[in-house]
Amino acid sequence: MPKRTDINKILLIGSGPIIIGQACEFDYSGSQASRALRSEGYEIVLVNSNPATIMTDPVTADKIYLKPLTPESIKEIVELEKPDAVLPTMGGQTALNLASTLHEEGYWEEAGVEVIGVDIDAIAITENRQLFRNLMEKIGVDQARSHVARSLLEAKEITQELGGLPAVIRPSYTLGGAGGGIVWKPGEFDRKVMRGLELSPIHEVLMEECFFGWKEYELELLRDSNDNVIIICTIENVDPMGVHTGDSVTVAPAQTLSDKQFQDMRDAAIKMMRSIGSFAGGCNVQFAVHPATGRMIAIEINPRVSRSSALASKATGYPIAKVAARLAVGYTLDELPNDVTGTTSACFEPAIDYVVTKIPRFNFEKFEGVDEELTTQMKAVGEVMAIGRTFPESLQKAWQSLENGYSGLGADRETGDRNLVRDRLVRPYWDRTLHIRNALKMGASVEEVADMTRVDPWFLFQIADIVDMENRIETKLLADIDREMMFEVKRFGFSDIQIAYLVVDDVTEQQVREYRKSLGITPSYALVDTCAGEFPAQTPYFYSTYETSSESVRSDREKVVILGSGPNRIGQGIEFDYSCVHGVLAAREMGYEAIMINCNPETVSTDFDVADKLYFEPVFWERVLDIIEHEDPIGVIVQLGGQTALKIANQLHEQGIPIIGTSSTEMDLAEDRGKFSGILKELEIPFPPYGVATSVFEAIGVAEKIGYPILVRPSYVLGGQSMRIAINKEEVEEYVSLILKRFPGNQILLDLFLENGIEIDADAICDGDDVWISGIMQHIEPAGVHSGDSTAVLPPFNLSDTVIASIERYVTEIARRLNVVGLVNVQLVVKDEIVYVIEANPRASRTVPFVAKATGIPVSNIATKVMLGKKLSEFRESGALESSLVGFAIKEPVFSWEKFPEISKELGPEMKSTGEAIAFIDKLTDEHFRRPFEMRNLYLSR
Amino acid sequence: MTFSSEINTERCKLALEDGTIVTGVALGHRGETGGELCFNTSMTGYQEIMTDPSYHGQIMMMTYPHIGNYGATEFDMEARVPMVAGFVVRAYTDRYSNFAAQYSLDRFMRDHELVGISGVDTRTLVRHIREKGVMNAVISSDNLDNEYLLDRARNWPSMEGLELASRVSVEAAYDFSQGSGARIAVYDFGVKLNILRSFSAQDCEVRVFPHDTPLQDVLEWRPDGLFFSNGPGDPRAMPDTIRMVGEAVATGIPTFGICLGHQLMALSQGLKVYKMYVGHRGANHPVKNLNTGRVEVTTQNHGFAVDPESLAGGSAQMTHVNLNDKSLEGIHYQNFRGFSVQYHPEASPGPHDSRYLFDQFLDLIGKRTVSIDTDSSDTTSTASPSSLELELAQN
Repeated sequence: MPKRTDINKILLIGSGPIIIGQACEFDYSGSQASRALRSEGYEIVLVNSNPATIMTDPVTADKIYLKPLTPESIKEIVELEKPDAVLPTMGGQTALNLASTLHEEGYWEEAGVEVIGVDIDAIAITENRQLFRNLMEKIGVDQARSHVARSLLEAKEITQELGGLPAVIRPSYTLGGAGGGIVWKPGEFDRKVMRGLELSPIHEVLMEECFFGWKEYELELLRDSNDNVIIICTIENVDPMGVHTGDSVTVAPAQTLSDKQFQDMRDAAIKMMRSIGSFAGGCNVQFAVHPATGRMIAIEINPRVSRSSALASKATGYPIAKVAARLAVGYTLDELPNDVTGTTSACFEPAIDYVVTKIPRFNFEKFEGVDEELTTQMKAVGEVMAIGRTFPESLQKAWQSLENGYSGLGADRETGDRNLVRDRLVRPYWDRTLHIRNALKMGASVEEVADMTRVDPWFLFQIADIVDMENRIETKLLADIDREMMFEVKRFGFSDIQIAYLVVDDVTEQQVREYRKSLGITPSYALVDTCAGEFPAQTPYFYSTYETSSESVRSDREKVVILGSGPNRIGQGIEFDYSCVHGVLAAREMGYEAIMINCNPETVSTDFDVADKLYFEPVFWERVLDIIEHEDPIGVIVQLGGQTALKIANQLHEQGIPIIGTSSTEMDLAEDRGKFSGILKELEIPFPPYGVATSVFEAIGVAEKIGYPILVRPSYVLGGQSMRIAINKEEVEEYVSLILKRFPGNQILLDLFLENGIEIDADAICDGDDVWISGIMQHIEPAGVHSGDSTAVLPPFNLSDTVIASIERYVTEIARRLNVVGLVNVQLVVKDEIVYVIEANPRASRTVPFVAKATGIPVSNIATKVMLGKKLSEFRESGALESSLVGFAIKEPVFSWEKFPEISKELGPEMKSTGEAIAFIDKLTDEHFRRPFEMRNLYLSR
Repeated sequence: MTFSSEINTERCKLALEDGTIVTGVALGHRGETGGELCFNTSMTGYQEIMTDPSYHGQIMMMTYPHIGNYGATEFDMEARVPMVAGFVVRAYTDRYSNFAAQYSLDRFMRDHELVGISGVDTRTLVRHIREKGVMNAVISSDNLDNEYLLDRARNWPSMEGLELASRVSVEAAYDFSQGSGARIAVYDFGVKLNILRSFSAQDCEVRVFPHDTPLQDVLEWRPDGLFFSNGPGDPRAMPDTIRMVGEAVATGIPTFGICLGHQLMALSQGLKVYKMYVGHRGANHPVKNLNTGRVEVTTQNHGFAVDPESLAGGSAQMTHVNLNDKSLEGIHYQNFRGFSVQYHPEASPGPHDSRYLFDQFLDLIGKRTVSIDTDSSDTTSTASPSSLELELAQN
């Protein structure tokens, strides 16, 4: 059936602010869906409260509502826009729940809006465990077995019948599942069961099979209105059942299933999808498989695009959201082309000839006292994906992508203490794959590690192969590694840093690189083509590997490389991807070939049709330099990708590779506290008294001189990591030792804390001499609360004209003095009508998308064009710098506290929020302003 | 399980008739082998592919890099012994992990004297074949001299015009299964065991006949249906068989053909068969059923195909089409009771989307007893209604 012509206008619901468990993957799917439907001629009305998204950009939709995702605002929009249909499957659980609520109210029917992409009546089945169980039983898909016990004896009998311990206890009718849990050992059986029986008001417990340690799989499906179903991707979790799939290291395709097992799983998944109503769209199904018997059971089904479908799209090259959106408007799969090959059908199952590894990224260091053990409750804030021809290569590349100081799977530092390694293995933690390597390196057997972790031995054997290769390198001098061995080593994903660390002689990364190149060993680039090379492909989506031929052909166009921002984390999230995407688009508009390097599968920047060429690669020096040497661009844009990209600026500079925009010397000027203060002094701009220290002793000296309260922080970090306000000598001592432990060798900055000061964020663009201030934001919370955690108001709500004039003058003078070409963000504090400059960052700030959405000015686009040589005057004259903002725009931070129940909510100079929302208000009497204003002092604690 | 962690570094070479030579490490049996180098894009099912008689005489290259992951078993067989001439992989894994595995793939290959090579840049070779077409090649771990190997590759007999079914067909007729359903006579040109299992799952009585059994002998068994199997080689080189198939369909007994059998049926009706440039080998090919409009994801394995243009105006009707290249995938004949498909509804390896064709055949015969697609798998959930209700209340 071709596309529907009875609907014209479609309402697309976004997923709102980023929280743990629902991140920027929905910006990716929403943007893709919106673009796909627009290109089909539909008018797209989009609602999302998250300003830091590409989906809420005029480039994506026809009409955008930056409104809260509540039934009230949806109704308001529907009354105004009168859409024919609503597509709620692209905005995560938030959008689906919202659509569900309005459906239950009968609203959609009443308003004449058709829900497309999902069978709204069937959603309950997927959300209610019991309805799901009943359905699975009906269609003959295996489930957890369980029985009710009314006595300890019955419980024992049932447990025996279920196959012994561990087993799950679910007492009947207890509030919040009290008394429930897993019985691990015979010793605790009687106690736990008795407690459950006692707590249950009817004295019954449900004894259920426990899947802890079973193998876990996910399948991504698409289905059309003609009931054709295809499987896009299989994903196997390295971490067995017991760890949330969002927190698990996962691999695509599945590695340890025979064809018989896989086809049974495929059949079950298709049956399950067909059983939850008739709809056209995407779906995700999860299974557990018993490692010793192969028994397979269904875990859950999600009738929408998900984090896994974003991963599956990037892993296979198959644009799931785009196709799902087209299916929702009536197309059938056989009518759609495979965009990747351009010649074959979209109705097929991608075949891949590489291995994809995803590793989640966590931010535990932000939350003191947090329980780091991984459970069924998701804790990760972001993820990286890496592509390699083999699992060892992709695993090492994933570790290079994580940006936590590792240059691969270990082998770049001391292995650590045996007891620590054991402790980290018996329970699931984020760095499990690393500690598996460590244990094997220390001589543990695969059997021992398998017993401890229950990770499938296949993965352990593969890691053992990496360790074997390490051991071989360790016996060699660099010069003794011949061409053949070097090729083999690189095929295992080892970085030059790891090789430098492992060889007998004392060599640098640079020396390894030069030696390697002298042997003629450089990476080759392979295409992600959905078909394992069977057909020629059109899409410019590449990954590096070490093989005998390369598929990435350098064009003769002028090229610009844009470095992405890597995995999402607190302090560096979707905002930077937003800027990167606009950087790419602006460079393309100016006629350059835009080349994107990034490793975050959740983002729009890694969508293969955004840049002219996408390298899905770690933003890791060696890999970046390899690509630059292959592509020979006119320069590299580093100021859009946050700290990730910026960290590489100095190395680029040293290699003589041009940086587009502000030079690395000037960026360093802003980062170096001594030099920057010198500049402020020279410009006669006030700044709080400060000092620099490299030891606890020095720090105390500085603090005693400056006075208390005092801000303590390491230099060169983002998001205020490890930043604290100390009120006495003891606290200075404590905080400084902590910082030195976490960032050995880092400089410590100490500034006098301007208590009860008003904090200001100013964003500007400078073209070398002309400066344009894109936005001045006043924080509602007092100085001391990290700017990312503050409620910011644009424009300022109660600053005097003289203060504003000073802010404008300071920002302008600093931008000029730093020779900024592109973006700059200045943080200031106003106290007693005096404006102090705290810091200046010559790069894209977190507030760039907020300012762009609030004012309607494409800030990142203009900044990129300025970096590439345009003058601000051009934009000024054409009226492109005119703000459309009426009243105030408020940026509201959003936190994920509920994911860490053991932590109390407190705010300070270290950023903790995961996302943000935007609200537009006319008057300061509005709730959005009044509430945070009344509570502004409440949570400031350290 | 215990594995040796010794890394095999024994050298091995793969030489293509166009002069390409790559070095890897030996896999399976040590020695020399040759054949037409093809590739298969299935990500699972390597042992089924290895034992598929249709691949007789071909060197199979797997595009998925890790092969051997889940080991090998006596159950994942499509014939009693491996059928491919050689095996080419990127990263063989000797240390497998799967509950059903009995031995490693290398062990299996050694036991059956099958020569293979690992550590090869398969993607580059796939792209090479895609551009240059399938060609002959040799694998050797014995004589590694380039000139010698190229000479062997160049002189290896071409598949075109080669009849191979006789080499893989049974010697004498045998009963595969007893049943109270339809009596199916299978002409074995290299039949995959899962085709026979699919019939037997329908309670059919299945007898397998050698490829050159005179039709009269088969008819004496009084079959309800005649099945022409898959198999290797060029169907155009089987004139006697084509003639026999023509006579068989004229008897009025319902007929069904798969792959080679499909091509033979087409040739018996005067349709044209051509050799494809690279062929279809994988488990992800979309095929549209033109009668229902539904799409099946199918297993494919063929280097020859029926020319759809030769159907024009005749009594053969195209029923299935490949969505990727629009090639012909299925025919229904109006002048006799029969139909055929180019792909493999028996899967193994591959998706089960097309199993309905076995039902369709039994419907044609008029003796369908059970349906494959009606899932009779029993539910293992033992939760009692009372407990379910309680849990429901908790939710």
